[in-house]
Amino acid sequence: MTKFKKQKKDSPGISTASLPDIVFMLLFFFMVTTVMREVTLQVKIVKPTATEIAKLEHKSLVSYIYVGPPIKGLLDKLGPEPRMQLNDAFAEIDEIGEFVVSEREKIDEKEVGKQTFSLKVDTEVKMGIISDIKMELREAQALKINYSTRKGEVLTK
Amino acid sequence: MARRQLQEINAGSMADIAFLLLIFFLVTTTMDTDTGLNRRLPPPLDPTVEPPPPIKERNVFTVLVNSNNQLLVEGKPMDISILREQAKIFIENPQRLEHLPAFLEKDVPIFGKVQVSKQVISLQNDRGTSYEMYIAVQNELAAAYNELRDDLSQKEFGEPYKLLVKNKKIGNNSEKIRAIKKSIPFRISEAEPNQ
Repeated sequence: MTKFKKQKKDSPGISTASLPDIVFMLLFFFMVTTVMREVTLQVKIVKPTATEIAKLEHKSLVSYIYVGPPIKGLLDKLGPEPRMQLNDAFAEIDEIGEFVVSEREKIDEKEVGKQTFSLKVDTEVKMGIISDIKMELREAQALKINYSTRKGEVLTK
Repeated sequence: MARRQLQEINAGSMADIAFLLLIFFLVTTTMDTDTGLNRRLPPPLDPTVEPPPPIKERNVFTVLVNSNNQLLVEGKPMDISILREQAKIFIENPQRLEHLPAFLEKDVPIFGKVQVSKQVISLQNDRGTSYEMYIAVQNELAAAYNELRDDLSQKEFGEPYKLLVKNKKIGNNSEKIRAIKKSIPFRISEAEPNQ
């Protein structure tokens, strides 16, 4: 009888006890670094690029105005003309006044001066509609605006 | 007495629950941080107030963009790639030329008396100009100001303006930023677009 009897190897199997910890870690990472989607976009937006950008601070004081051609599913019904979206629905330019008032009511009175309206606009949109929107914002005394852009080199043809 | 053995809770499904939560957050949230160009619109025109007197021609740098996204700067066609340099020359007017902006002596914190240019950049676009071009022009003009501010900041404080803005809460950086802003004021005025 030899001491070195071949032992039957029983592979122990990988312990999955730490798996929940790892997943929770991932979960917390995503909870901290991301923000909730505010709206379902009904327009397609490819933001232009710029280099001189600044971060938008105080998310709660920012309201968004989306302009772009309708998303693919709605193209047949609405055509390719750029449209404006406020909150979850399409809106006409003259509804901006109401929109500004309702957004203003949502925030603290003291911070109205800091409220920013961020224009998220597709690169292909013509300036006509943007000028109209800016005019309406001026009329509604919403003067702080932000042209939403990505970081990157600008076109230099 | 029979000791009942404590039964352990089975934690095997913990991972599944956590995964479920993880996927929920992945779907409902977005990663993109919002960045962009901050601008302030002029207040609406008051018909009862008289319009301000016109600005002298030499102090205005007119930039026109047409519906074909072409630039007309000071009456001459220009490519956007040299707009930044031209705008910098205009704002700075290093040789104090007659046809470029005049200067006015102003009191600025930290620096004391400073020659501040009376420059204004006037930007007008057509209703047919593309948004991409408009942002490109806005960006180049902003870059001209930022580069000049960087130069001044480097000369006076030994660090670029961008760094001051980034660390604005440290030391007297906010004071320094104010001084630089006053020495090189950001003035882009937008005219109503052409029909």
